[in-house]
Amino acid sequence: MEIGLNHYLILSAVLFAIGLYGALSKKNLITILMCIEIMLNAVNISMVAFSRYIVPALLTGQIFAIFIIIVAAAEAAVGLAILISVYRNRQTVQSDKIDLMKW
Amino acid sequence: MGMQIAFWALALIIIAGALSVVLLRNVFRAGLALIVSLIGIAGIFITLSADFLAIVQVLIYVGGISVLVLLSILLTRNLPQGSPANKMRLPAFLVAALFLGVVIYSIINTSFPISSSAPLEPTTANIGLLLIDQNGWVFPLEIAGVLLLAAILGAVVMAREK
Repeated sequence: MEIGLNHYLILSAVLFAIGLYGALSKKNLITILMCIEIMLNAVNISMVAFSRYIVPALLTGQIFAIFIIIVAAAEAAVGLAILISVYRNRQTVQSDKIDLMKW
Repeated sequence: MGMQIAFWALALIIIAGALSVVLLRNVFRAGLALIVSLIGIAGIFITLSADFLAIVQVLIYVGGISVLVLLSILLTRNLPQGSPANKMRLPAFLVAALFLGVVIYSIINTSFPISSSAPLEPTTANIGLLLIDQNGWVFPLEIAGVLLLAAILGAVVMAREK
């Protein structure tokens, strides 16, 4: 069977679902950040697949993917800096132990 | 034929890496599995004839973000705790499974207007022209530069010793 758009979209959906499960169910903040990266990558795959199969000459999806990668890089830098700062103050990266502002 | 083998092999690598990130208890090994998954995604970009994006993926994700993630894992490591699941494990699984079902159902039941023309290759020069073009993406590109500057400054301020 020829590989088509649906294959890439379903791969992207499976990857996104794995990332969603991890981001919702994990305690460790670094694992949550890694799962968010997986979800962003899943979206990138579907963007590039749409670009390849629907408007092959325009490259719009690839430009979107480049901007997603830029935002993901900024997000990772700030997120990990916050995480290191939290670890310095509270000696933990478990999300249920970081409850300073919990009512 | 070669396309199909490449796609299925890469899909297997990507899914296996992502599942290891979610399922492994050792956070450092999960970070290494994430790198495997990201390299697989670069391969998927090559099969979609997005050569520039594949290289960007390797440079930024595999070369930059993964190193940052592994560094933070080493800086904040508490091995005995690992990466346990919280109390919402089953609801999270149900939400993810429901999401997957809905998305796959809608993908299969949508007829996309697939174009039969050949993809543009190589893409690097065209992407560069589009990014700088006045009617293209030059404004978002400038905003992206400001965003990256703000993110770098924010990260430095946040992670600095007081």
